[in-house]
Amino acid sequence: MTRVAQLRRDRRTGIALAILGAVAVALFPLFRPPLDGLTNDAILALSYVVMALGLNLVVGFAGLLDLGYVAFYAFGLMVTGWWASDFFSSVNDEKGIHVGTSDFVSNLPGIHLNLLLLIIGAIIICATAGVIIGLPTLRLRGDYIAIVTLAFGEIIGRVFANGDEITIFGDNKLSNGRQSISPIDQINLPVFGEFDSALDLRPYYWAVLALVLVVLFVNFRLRDSRLGRAWIALREDEVAAASMGVPLVKTKLLSYAAGGAFGGISGAFLGPFYASINANQFQFGFSIFILAMVILGGLGSIWGVVLGAVALGFLNHWFIPDVLDGEFVKDKLDSFGLEFSFTEVTFGVFGFLLVLMMVLRPEGLLPERRRQIELTHGEGPLDDPQAAVFEARV
Amino acid sequence: MREFLSQYGLIAILLILPVVYGIQDLSDDGNLNRLGNNLVEGLSNGAILALIALGYTLVYGIIELINFAHGEVFMLGSLSAAALYSTFGLTPNTGTAGLVLGLAAILALAMLASATLNVMIERVAYRPLRGAPKLAPLITAVGMSFILQNVGILWIGASQVAVPDLLGSQKHLIEIWGVTITRGHVLAIAVTIPLVLLLTSFVARSRLGKAMRATAQDPEAARLMGINVDTTISLTFLLGGLMAGAAGLISALYQTSIWYFQGFSAGLYAFTAAVMGGIGNIRGAVLGGVIIGVIQGISDNRIGNDWTPAIVFVYLVIIMVFRPQGLIGEETREAG
Repeated sequence: MTRVAQLRRDRRTGIALAILGAVAVALFPLFRPPLDGLTNDAILALSYVVMALGLNLVVGFAGLLDLGYVAFYAFGLMVTGWWASDFFSSVNDEKGIHVGTSDFVSNLPGIHLNLLLLIIGAIIICATAGVIIGLPTLRLRGDYIAIVTLAFGEIIGRVFANGDEITIFGDNKLSNGRQSISPIDQINLPVFGEFDSALDLRPYYWAVLALVLVVLFVNFRLRDSRLGRAWIALREDEVAAASMGVPLVKTKLLSYAAGGAFGGISGAFLGPFYASINANQFQFGFSIFILAMVILGGLGSIWGVVLGAVALGFLNHWFIPDVLDGEFVKDKLDSFGLEFSFTEVTFGVFGFLLVLMMVLRPEGLLPERRRQIELTHGEGPLDDPQAAVFEARV
Repeated sequence: MREFLSQYGLIAILLILPVVYGIQDLSDDGNLNRLGNNLVEGLSNGAILALIALGYTLVYGIIELINFAHGEVFMLGSLSAAALYSTFGLTPNTGTAGLVLGLAAILALAMLASATLNVMIERVAYRPLRGAPKLAPLITAVGMSFILQNVGILWIGASQVAVPDLLGSQKHLIEIWGVTITRGHVLAIAVTIPLVLLLTSFVARSRLGKAMRATAQDPEAARLMGINVDTTISLTFLLGGLMAGAAGLISALYQTSIWYFQGFSAGLYAFTAAVMGGIGNIRGAVLGGVIIGVIQGISDNRIGNDWTPAIVFVYLVIIMVFRPQGLIGEETREAG
């Protein structure tokens, strides 16, 4: 068989499989009860996909190790706490401010905005925060960047965790401190109406799936854009990129801003889904959780990161608590006289994955093609026809 | 001019906390007793931090890696020390001679345990990645840190555990000008100073110390001169681990509680200290440790425990941005 025919055939089966997979992913909640644990886990996993894709822009594309990604998650969630609950209850003479809310919510005090506005707000705040966090790191390289971002993540987490001691705009608090802010308004979309996470999780699933599709599209377009190519050039060789005319400052800051914005989007979606947000969640461990997804899937590889996020999402919310700590394994362990809770050591598992991946397969499960070729084919593309094909494609 | 600003600007920023609260004390009480107590508290915190910071600075000096798991090496040192109390049958009622002998033995064992652990971490997680892109070992370091934290959880559980107060560390020894000095304060400083002196003279005088300095300057040239670079790097991790183990015992005696998470913040504070002093610089790490310890002492007492991490991290960012080479350090390759 000629190579062309084989390629065509591969492509056809590939497309068929992809369509089948897409249909299965889109329709799977219909075959589950409306309030289903698995659907719940899937919603969380998909929202992690959005965050991991955001972090991938910074770490994978631009090559800037960000250990404080939790900051953007925090801002995203706080946006919903501020602007989609009765947190600022004294606003507008306790009558509240309402934009695009359902009938039920529009009688409550506090600020209540529609999800779409929340997302826009989260994007603006997180992109600004990204630039502010990015600015001090411009002069630094490598591991110092990692530590400065980590410090920012911790500072922001601490400020929200102690936010009940800070007052803004008169006598309003910055956050509820270690107490949670609840209830957060349910999502209310035009055409689809108001969701209710207490009765039916499916609308949330489809909403986050749509969000993931949009984010994926944006990611692919960004990667192939002038900006995306500038990021990759920056990652490969900062000096060479600068001398070819890539503006370093602008490119780096845009990567922090874009990466942060996706974290904010995901947070703004998760707030209504959790229905209650708590500053205790804003821990360093969360940054590492998202980073592990990017590393597991493959730095810079969009599909790899999707795979990594889904895998770790399910590992964290389903496999460890429901399977390893489930009845079956518990009974087995009991019969050996062992008592062991896997949930307690979840983060140890993520740490182990990080070490394992970096030592054994640093390019990740689904490596980015450019990186794989670098790692396996050396530097000269001429002696390798595959590499030539690849260069032509990109 | 710029150099002048960055050096003295940093010193000025560091003096803000003590000066502001000193003035406040003078106007409130008419004396500086409260600030003095904060400073003493800070000095003994600083002694512990300095010992941990030495591990960061030694390792960074030689392979330019932030050994992120170092805080956890300290934590496990602390846990092993606490576990050894009962092995040696030490209780608060043990006589002085038995206590001194037992604690000396525990100090040696805890140091050894941490050192072994640190060397093993290097062997498993960092050595396979030598020559890999620079961020790779940092990521495995973060991974190791989480693994070790969970070892801590499996060992003593996820909550803070009280350990016997062997020395009566809160017991007042003397009071000078209204400043109380407790046994804990004396202990922290009395253990730290000889250890630091030993370490400095080892690095400065011994043959192996010379090999370390050579490797730090230029690993390739050191190898050509017949220095076994791998062994030298292992030795560096060993020394760092020894110091962390000692810090672990002091912390267990001084805080009289242990926690799987104690290494995380202590590690980051110590790293801040190492950068502040100029990373790769032993005297700098000690100076930085004392400064961060004092900041921590003042902040714990005046602003609140919950805010201390945020305040130390603000200092970390300020130092990283405006003076990445630290107070007395030389330009490192990082400080671009």
